Amino acid sequence: MIVVNTETIPGHNILEVRGLVQGNTIRAKHVGRDIAASLKNLVGGELKGYTELLTEARRQAIERMLSQADQLGANAVVNVRFTTSAVTQGAAELYAYGTAVVID
Amino acid sequence: MSEELIITVIGILLPLALGFGIGRWRERSHLASLARREADNTDMIVTNLKIGPDPQSVRGATFVSGGAVIATDYFKTFAAALRRIIGGEMRSYETLMNRARREATLRMLEEARQVGATEIWNIRFDTSNILSATSKNKAASVEVFASGTAIIR
Repeated sequence: MIVVNTETIPGHNILEVRGLVQGNTIRAKHVGRDIAASLKNLVGGELKGYTELLTEARRQAIERMLSQADQLGANAVVNVRFTTSAVTQGAAELYAYGTAVVID
Repeated sequence: MSEELIITVIGILLPLALGFGIGRWRERSHLASLARREADNTDMIVTNLKIGPDPQSVRGATFVSGGAVIATDYFKTFAAALRRIIGGEMRSYETLMNRARREATLRMLEEARQVGATEIWNIRFDTSNILSATSKNKAASVEVFASGTAIIR
């Protein structure tokens, strides 16, 4: 499965558009990370736990999007975009969407 | 009475000194690491054009991304609070945003290198504050996410 955030795939032609595919995940962080983060606020620096959490959540959203594309019989997803939203206290939603297509 | 005053003063000054000292040192070493890794990656062509040069000879394309969450230190938070009173440029937060953006970009570049790409097209930057906006203690941090299409020739 080819995934790109451009509208076309260089070197390939889009034969068919199978429609919008999407994947989301909502993740809550745990208290331990919050405590570590508030300590980090004293001295600055990267919040590795949060970086991991967001990266892992984005990966999961992409995976869910890809399994939808698979069901539609697509072999590529183009024009992938991400949005995030704060759902409730201590939780974040990551949402990935794109267009499932068939390429040559 | 005077003891209480001393404890209060220490309570204010200690985090400030820690933030200023350790925060500044950590920022310097991070900036040095960024500069070193950026120098290693100058051969990679990076563009926010949707279609880069010579699309006919491209063999493969794949999605790459990188993210970073960077926290402010206590001194920067304090300096920013002072700046809010008189207005103007918030230098301390500017460097913070730039550090997060450069780190995210480098992680994306390193991912592209791993898949054997030489170029990245259609780069996009996203910032969010989901974790700080939803947390009780309002930990001040910036979250930057960089994504693009890695091109294999």
